[in-house]
Amino acid sequence: MEQIFFYIFAIVAVASAIAVISVRNPVHSAMYLIVCFLQVAAIFILLRSPFLAAVQVFIYVGAVMVLFLFAVMVLDIGKESFGEHMHSQAIPAGITVLGLLAVVGWLISKGKITVPLGKYTEEVLTKNTEVVGKSLYTQFIFPFEVVSLLLLIALVGAIVLVMKEKGKGAGSTRP
Amino acid sequence: MLTLNHFLILSFILFSIGVAGVLLRRNIIIVLMSLELIFNSVNISLAAFAYYLQSITGTVFVVFNITVAAAEVAIGLAILVAVYRTRKTVYVEELKDMRY
Amino acid sequence: MDIWALLIIPLAAALIITFITRKHAELSSYVSVGAVILCFLIVLPYFLTMLGNPHMEHIEQSFLWIDIPGLMVEMGTIIDPLSLIMLFIVTFVGSLIHIYSRGYMHGDKGYARFFASLSLFIFSMLGIVLANNFIMIFVFWELVGLASYLLIGFYFEKPSAADAAKKAFLVNRIGDFGFILGIFVLYYATGTFNFVKMAHIIQAGQVDSGTLGLAALLIFCGAVGKSAQFPLHVWLPDAMEGPTPVSALIHAATMVAAGVYMLARTGFLYAAAPHEAMMVIAYIGGFTAFMAALLALGQNDIKKIIAYSTLSSLGYMVMSVGVGGTGAGMFYLMTHAFFKALLFLGAGSVIHACHTNNIWEMGKLYPKMKITGVTFILGSLAMMGIFPFSGFWSKDEILASTFFSGNYPLFAIGILTAMITAIFMTKLVTVTFFGEKRYHGHPHESPFGMTIPLMVLAVFAVFVGLAGFPGLDPNFGTFVAAVAGSTAAHAGEHGAHAEHHFSYFVAITSTIAVFIGIAIGWTIYSKKSIDNNAIAARFSGFHKALQNRLYIDHFYDRVLVAGIYNNIARVFNFIEVNIIIHFAINGIAYTTRQIGKGLRLTISGQLQHYAFAMVGGVLVLMVIYVLL
Repeated sequence: MEQIFFYIFAIVAVASAIAVISVRNPVHSAMYLIVCFLQVAAIFILLRSPFLAAVQVFIYVGAVMVLFLFAVMVLDIGKESFGEHMHSQAIPAGITVLGLLAVVGWLISKGKITVPLGKYTEEVLTKNTEVVGKSLYTQFIFPFEVVSLLLLIALVGAIVLVMKEKGKGAGSTRP
Repeated sequence: MLTLNHFLILSFILFSIGVAGVLLRRNIIIVLMSLELIFNSVNISLAAFAYYLQSITGTVFVVFNITVAAAEVAIGLAILVAVYRTRKTVYVEELKDMRY
Repeated sequence: MDIWALLIIPLAAALIITFITRKHAELSSYVSVGAVILCFLIVLPYFLTMLGNPHMEHIEQSFLWIDIPGLMVEMGTIIDPLSLIMLFIVTFVGSLIHIYSRGYMHGDKGYARFFASLSLFIFSMLGIVLANNFIMIFVFWELVGLASYLLIGFYFEKPSAADAAKKAFLVNRIGDFGFILGIFVLYYATGTFNFVKMAHIIQAGQVDSGTLGLAALLIFCGAVGKSAQFPLHVWLPDAMEGPTPVSALIHAATMVAAGVYMLARTGFLYAAAPHEAMMVIAYIGGFTAFMAALLALGQNDIKKIIAYSTLSSLGYMVMSVGVGGTGAGMFYLMTHAFFKALLFLGAGSVIHACHTNNIWEMGKLYPKMKITGVTFILGSLAMMGIFPFSGFWSKDEILASTFFSGNYPLFAIGILTAMITAIFMTKLVTVTFFGEKRYHGHPHESPFGMTIPLMVLAVFAVFVGLAGFPGLDPNFGTFVAAVAGSTAAHAGEHGAHAEHHFSYFVAITSTIAVFIGIAIGWTIYSKKSIDNNAIAARFSGFHKALQNRLYIDHFYDRVLVAGIYNNIARVFNFIEVNIIIHFAINGIAYTTRQIGKGLRLTISGQLQHYAFAMVGGVLVLMVIYVLL
C-alpha cells in the first residue's frame, strides 16, 4: 500500500520536475514546480514527518512560489521561442548529467542499503511537531538563532537590493 | 516494502533534473527554480536518513534547510530584479562581463 | 645595570641621529659627542675604583639570548681590570676624537651621517670590550667591521675610498672566517662560550694541547684581520682614505687594538697553548713590525707613514702576546692609543691647514702651527720611545719580555724596528715642521675645538707610561694580570714575571738604537749631509719595492684576485646568467605566463560554463571512484 503511494508520488514528482525545466513558459514552469513541491510534501508524510510536510507546503508552495510568480509577473517575461530557451552548452551538459545520473544511480543501488525503514515510537509519530519543536528550542537553539538572524539579513538585503535610490528614481519617473 | 534506497534514488533523480535545469536553461528564473528542486531533493534524502536512523536531527536540519532556501530565494529574486532593471535581460548567457 | 647603558647610549645616539636629527648637523654632533662623553662618565667611577683595588672580583651580568638544546648563548658583560682599562681608553680617546671631529668635519655635507657612524662604531667597540662570551664578541666584532666600512668609505663618491672600505671589509672577513672556526673548535672542546667558564675548563687541563694550539691559531686569525697583521695587513694603509679622525679612532686607538684586546681577553687560551703555536704568533707579529717599519720609510704621505707605524706597533703588541707578555702588550696598546691618536689628530690638523697629504709639500710649519707642532713632536718622541715618554716604558716592557723569554732573534728584530721607527719619525717631524718652506697658501693654526684634544692627548702621551713604572705598586702589569678567568696562581706567576721586566740592559740597548735612528734621520732629512735621493738611487730596486709596498698588494691583485678570484667569478657568472636567470627565473616566469594565457581562455564569464565544469568534475571523480 505504502509502496503504491510512493510510486505515484515519485512518478508525479519526477514528471513535473522534468516539465519545470523543459516547458518554455516560465509561468507554466512555476505551476509544475508547485506540483512537484506538493509531491515532496507527500513524500515527507511517507517518511513520518508531518511537520516537514506542513512546512513544505507553507513555505515552498506558499511563500517561495508566490515570490517566483511575482517575479515572473513583475519582469514581464513571456513565452520563449523554441530553441531559445536552451543554453548553447545544452548537449554536452545533458550528456554529462545523464552520465552522472547513471554512475551515481548505479552506486546507490549497489550500496545495498535495502534494510527496511526503522520504526518511530508511537509517541514520536503522534507528537512529531512537538518533538521537533522541543529539540529546536533546546538542543538546536543556537543554530536556530543564527538562522533567524540570517532571515532578517535576507529581508533587509532584499529590500535594499530592490529599492531604487531616491535621486535616481525621482529623476527617471518625473521630468 | 519501502527501503532507504527508494528515497535515495528518487532524491537523486530530482537532484539530476535540478542540475540539468541549472546547466541547460537560459532563463535565470528557471535556473533559480532548478536550484529549489535541488534543495528539495536534498531535503528528501535528509528526511529519509532521519527516519532510517531514528534521529530527530535530520528533521531539524531539513527545517533549517528550508529556512535557508527561503532566504536564498528572497535574495536571489531581489538580485534578479536589480539585474533586470539595469540589463533588461533574464538570460544568463548575456550576463558575461566577468571575464578576461 | 649602568653597564648596559654603555651599550644602549651610543646605539640610541646612532639611531636618533639617523632617524630624527639627521637634518640638523649641529644637533646631531651634540647628540653623538654627548653620548660618548656620557659613556666616559659612566666608566670613570668604575675605573677609579679599580685603580684603588687591583685585585677586584670580576663582575658578570648576563641574560640568556639563545637557549635551545645543545646550544646556549648568553648576552652578557664582564667588568674586570682588563675591560676597564680598555673601556677607559675607548671612551676617553673616543670623546676627544669626537670633540676634535666637530671642528675637523665642520661644513661637510655628511656631517650628521659621520657622527651617526661614529656612535655606531663606539657602540660596537664597547660591545667587544664588554663581551663575556665568544658569540657576543664575534657579533660586535662584525659590527665593528660594518662601522669601519661606513667610516672608511665615508667619502664614498671617491672610488678609492669606496674601494678601500670594500677592501677593509673583505680582508677582515678572511680573518673572521678563521676566528669563527676557532670559536667552534673551542665550543666543541669545552661546551661553553663563556670566557670565565672556558678558562676554568682549560686550566683544569681538560682539553688536549693539539686542540688548544689549533684553536689558538684560528682565534688568532681574527686578530690578524682586525689588527692588520701580515699577511692581512693590506687593508690598513688603504683605510687612510677615511677622514683623519676616523683614522685616529679606528686605526690607532680602538678597532685595530680590538685584536690585541681579544688576545688578552683569551689569554687563558694562549697561556695553555703549545709553544709552537705561540711562536707562530710571535714571529708573525715580529715580521709585521719590521716589515711595516721598512714600508713606512718609503712613504711620503703623512697619514700613510703613521698608518705603517701603526702596523709596526700592532706587530709589536702581537709579538709581545706571542712571547707570553700579554700585560706588556696591553700596556703598549694603552700608551699607543694615546700617542697614536695624538699623531693622527696632529696630522689631521696639518692636513686641515695645508690641504695636502704629501709631507714634501709642507715644511717649516712649526712657526705657523705651534700647538700642533709641539704636541706632534711630543707624540713622535713617545712613539719613538724616548725616556721618560710613555712609549719608552711600554716598548721597553715588550722588549724585556721578549728578551727574558729567550727569543733573541725576535729581540733583535724589535731593536731594529725601534731604530727604523726612529728614522722615519724623525723624517716625518723634520720634513713636516722644519726645513725649508714648501707649502702653498697660508696655513694657520686649527681652532680650539681641535687643539684642545691634541693638548689633552699630549699630556697623556707623555705621562701615561708612568703607569708601568717598575717602582710603582700596583703598576699596570698587576691590573692586566688580574684579568677575569686567570686563577690566583696564574696571576701570581704573571705578576712575578712583570717584576722582572725592567732591565737596564734592555732599556739602554733600545735607547741607543733609537738615538742611532734619530741621528740617521737627522743626517739624511735635516742636515742633508747625505742626500736621500742618492740613497734611493743606490738601492733603487729596494726603494722601488718599498714604495710599491713590497709588491704584496700587487701579488694579491695579480694572483689572488686576477688569477683565482676572477676565474671563479667567471664560472659563477656563467652559471648565474645562463642557468639561474635564463632558465630558472625567466623560464619559470615565461612558463607561468604562457599557462596563464592559455587558462585565460577558459574564463568565459558565463556562470553556467563554470557550473558545467563543476558537474563534469564531479562526474570524473565519480568515475574514478567507480573504476578504482
